[in-house]
Amino acid sequence: MARNPQLNASGELQHLLSTEGLPREILLKILDTAESFVGVTERDIKKVPLLRGKSVFNLFFEGSTRTRTTFEIAAKRLSADVINLNVAVSSTFKGESLLDTVANLSAMQADIFVVRHGSSGAAHLVARHVKPHEHVINAGDGRHAHPTQGLLDLYTIRHYKKDFGGLTVAIVGDVLHSRVARSLIHGLTTLGAPEVRVIGPQTLIPAGAAALGVRVCHSMQEGLKGADVVVMLRLQNERMNGALLPSAQEFNKHYGLTAEKLALAKPDAIVMHPGPMNRGVEIDSSVADGPRSVILPQVTFGISVRMAVMSMIAGN
Amino acid sequence: MKLLVKSGRVVDPKSGRDAVGDLFLADGRIAAATGTPDRSIDAKGLVVAPGFIDLSARLREPGYEYKATLESEMDAAVAGGVTSLACPPDTDPPLDEPGLVDMLRRRAKALSRARVYPVGALTVKLAGKQLTEMAELAESGCVAFSQGNAPVADTQLLWRALQYAATFGFPVWLRAEDAWLAKGGVAHDGEVATRLGLAGIPAFAETIALAQLFELVRATGARVHICRISSAAGVAMLRRARHEGLPLTCDVGIHHVHLSDMDLGYFDSSCRLEPPLRSQRDREALAAALADGTIDCAVSDHTPVDEDRKLLPFAEAEPGATGLELLLPLVLKWGMQRKLTLAQTLARITSEPARVLGVASGRIEPGAPADLAIFDPQALWRVTPQALKSQGKNSPFLGMELAGRVRATIVAGNVVYEA
Amino acid sequence: MASLPDAETLCEQLARELKAQVKASTAMVGIYTGGAWLAERLHAVLGLQAPLGLLDIAFYRDDYAKQGLAKDPKRSKIPFDVEGRDLLLVDDVLHSGRTVRAAMNELFDYGRPATITLVVLAERSGRQLPICAQFAGARVEVPAGMRLRLKRDDRGRLSLELQRGA
Repeated sequence: MARNPQLNASGELQHLLSTEGLPREILLKILDTAESFVGVTERDIKKVPLLRGKSVFNLFFEGSTRTRTTFEIAAKRLSADVINLNVAVSSTFKGESLLDTVANLSAMQADIFVVRHGSSGAAHLVARHVKPHEHVINAGDGRHAHPTQGLLDLYTIRHYKKDFGGLTVAIVGDVLHSRVARSLIHGLTTLGAPEVRVIGPQTLIPAGAAALGVRVCHSMQEGLKGADVVVMLRLQNERMNGALLPSAQEFNKHYGLTAEKLALAKPDAIVMHPGPMNRGVEIDSSVADGPRSVILPQVTFGISVRMAVMSMIAGN
Repeated sequence: MKLLVKSGRVVDPKSGRDAVGDLFLADGRIAAATGTPDRSIDAKGLVVAPGFIDLSARLREPGYEYKATLESEMDAAVAGGVTSLACPPDTDPPLDEPGLVDMLRRRAKALSRARVYPVGALTVKLAGKQLTEMAELAESGCVAFSQGNAPVADTQLLWRALQYAATFGFPVWLRAEDAWLAKGGVAHDGEVATRLGLAGIPAFAETIALAQLFELVRATGARVHICRISSAAGVAMLRRARHEGLPLTCDVGIHHVHLSDMDLGYFDSSCRLEPPLRSQRDREALAAALADGTIDCAVSDHTPVDEDRKLLPFAEAEPGATGLELLLPLVLKWGMQRKLTLAQTLARITSEPARVLGVASGRIEPGAPADLAIFDPQALWRVTPQALKSQGKNSPFLGMELAGRVRATIVAGNVVYEA
Repeated sequence: MASLPDAETLCEQLARELKAQVKASTAMVGIYTGGAWLAERLHAVLGLQAPLGLLDIAFYRDDYAKQGLAKDPKRSKIPFDVEGRDLLLVDDVLHSGRTVRAAMNELFDYGRPATITLVVLAERSGRQLPICAQFAGARVEVPAGMRLRLKRDDRGRLSLELQRGA
C-alpha cells in the first residue's frame, strides 16, 4: 500500500484519516476554505446548499457528544442529511464487526462516514473497504489521529499568530495516549513550525516522540519558556489510577497550567485545550477563563473546519 | 516401494555435498547402493534436498477446525516441502493430556503426509500455574514442552518447571518475553508504534526474560530452546550465553528475518505477529545471526487465521501468518541476500532443526530416512489465496512474487506430494 | 474580428446610467472576482451610503457534483441588512446566467430584498437560464471556444480580454 490512502489518483482529498502525510498545499487549502466558511456561521441563515441530498453517517463507536454534535452541526450547515449511529449505546450494532456495520450502512446510500473508534487504524480499515464514491472522515481512532481537531488547532494558531514560521508551540500532558497531540504535531511540522515541544512526565511521553520531530521536556519551567502557543491536553481519569501517575494533585502541581506557570511563556501567548477540560487538574480556571485563553473560539472554528473538510471531500 | 530419484542436484547440508547424482530409496530409507526401482522420478534441473523440518507449525487441531484442518495444513506442509513438523501445544484444548496428544499423532499418521512431532504443554491449560504430567505426555509422543505464546509470569513456577523437565532430560521450548512488559502491547515499542498510536512491547521485554531464562538454565541444567527471538539486543545476549557454554538452542520466525515494523504501513494486520516485527536494525541482526549460527534454525511459525479475524483494526486482529508454503522461498531469499551457498542456506531448515529435534532425518546419507524435498529454486510464483493449499491465506507477502517452488515431496520413501 | 470595448469607458457609462436609479437606501453587492472590482469602482463613484457587499458564490454553484468545491473560495461579506433593501447586483460578464442564479440564492439566505437589479459590464450570448441584466455596458460577440474576462492591472485599470476556454 504505497499510495497515501487519503488522496485519490489526482492527488485530491478522498478521505481525511490523519494529518500525517497530507501535503502542505492540502493542509493550507483546508485552512483557507475554513476561513470562507466562518462568514456563513456569522450570518442568520447559517446554511449553504453545498451538500444537499448527501447523507453523512456519524458512526461513533466511542461515546462523544461534543465531537459528534460539532460534526452534525457542520454537516447540517452544508444542508446534508445527518444520521447518528451511536454504536457504543445501540444494541443493534453490538457484536457486529466494524466492516459489517459499514457494509450495512453503505447499502443505505451513505456519502460520508464520520468514524470514531477506540482502536488505532480503524478509520484506515474502513477507508480501504468503502465504495469509490464514499468518503471517510476520521473523528478519532484510538491514540493514533484526530485530524479535524489537529486542523482546527492549526486554524486557531494561524488566526491568532498569522505565520507558523517563527513559532514555539508547547503541548502539555498525556502525549502517549493523545491522538490530538499526534495530529497537531504532524500538522505543525508540515507547516514549518520550527520548535514544537512536548511536556510531561516520562510515563506520559511515548518512546518514539523525538522521531516525530518534537523536543521532549520533562518540566514546565523548561518547556514553557518563550512559548507562543500552549496546548493543554486532557488528562483522563483512567491515567490517574496509580500506574502512570500517582494522583491528580501531584500532576497539577508540576504540569498543571497555572497563571504563574503561564507567565513563563511569551506575554502574548495563547492557551488552547481540545476539551473537555478537567479544571484544577491540567488547567486552572483562572487561565481557562482568562484573557489568553482561546478555548471557546477553538470550538467555533471547529465547525468551520469541519464544514471545509466535508465540502472538499464530498466534491472529489 | 523402491524409488529412484534421477539426475537431481543433490544437496546435503550436513556433509556439505552439492553435486548432481541419483538417489535410490528403499524400505523408507536412503539406500547405499542403487537397485531396480518401482518408480523413477526425473529430477533433472531440480534440487534434491532433505525434506524440510519446521519446528513450529500450527495445524489448528484440536479445537480450531473452523480456521483450518489437519488435512488442509498437512497438504500445505508437503506442498511446501516440509516432511517433519513440530506443532505447538496451543490448541483448544491445549496439549496437556496424553489422550489429546495420542489422538493428534494417530490422526496425523493416518494421513500419511509429513511426520508430526507434538510439543506438549509445560503447564496445565498453559495457564502457568501448575506443571503437567510431562513424563506421561512424553510417553504419548511429545518431543518437548512449551507454552506456545502464553507466558509463565510466575518465575518460581518457571524455575520448578525447568527443574522438573531437567530431571527427565526433557527439552523445554520457550519464548523469551516478560509477561508484564508485554501486556497490552501489539507492536514493537519504537517510532512506528508511536506514529501509529499502537501500544508497544519494548525490546527489553525480551532481554529481561532472556536474562531470567539464562539464570534458570545455569541453576537447573535444563535444555532450553528459545523460540522466535526478535531483537538485536536479544541476539547479543544469546551470543554471550552460547559463548559461555549454556546448553541453548534458538530459532527465529522466517518472517522476522525479512520484515520490520516499517512494513506495518497503514496498519496492515497481516503484519500483526507474535513476537512483533521490530526495527530494521533488529531485523538485520536476526538475519546475520541466522547466518553465523547464533540462531540455529528458521521456522515458519505457521498460523492460519481466518479472514474475519484479520479484517479488524490492528490491535484487535488476531496475530499470526501462514507460512508452511513460504518457508522455502523465504529461506532461499535470505540465503541469497547473505551470499550463502545453497547447502549453508538449507541447513537452517534441515540439518540444524533435525539436531534440535534429535531426529535422524534432515540429511542425505545411506541409512537416513527417505525424507526429501525436490524443488526448483528459480521457479517464480505469485502468493495468492488460490496458490496456497493452507486454509490460512493471511500473509504479508500476498500479491508478491517469490522464487522457489516444490515439485515433489517424499516421506519415508513415499511420494506424498507432486506438483 | 471587432475589437473589445474599453472597460473603463463602459464603467463610466454604467455609473451615469445608474445615478438615476440610486436611492438613499440602495446597496450594492459585487460578485467575486471581476464583479467585485467593478462594484468597488461603481460604489465609490455613486457614493452609496451602505458599505459595499461582496459575494463568493462557491457554496451555491450548481456544478458541485461534477467539479467539486471551487478552487479558492473567499469569504462573502454583506455588511448591511438585506431585508427590504433595493440591491444592485454587479458582475463583470453575463453568460449562462448560472452565476447570477447562485448569487441570488445566496442573497436570499441573508434576507428578503425588496428588489434586485442586475448590473453587468458586458453580456454575451449563451443564456441557459431566464436571467437578464437591467443594465449592461455592452453586448459582446464571443467566438466559440473562447471566454470573456475582466482584468485589472497593478494601477487598478480595468480591461476586457478574450481567453481560450469555456
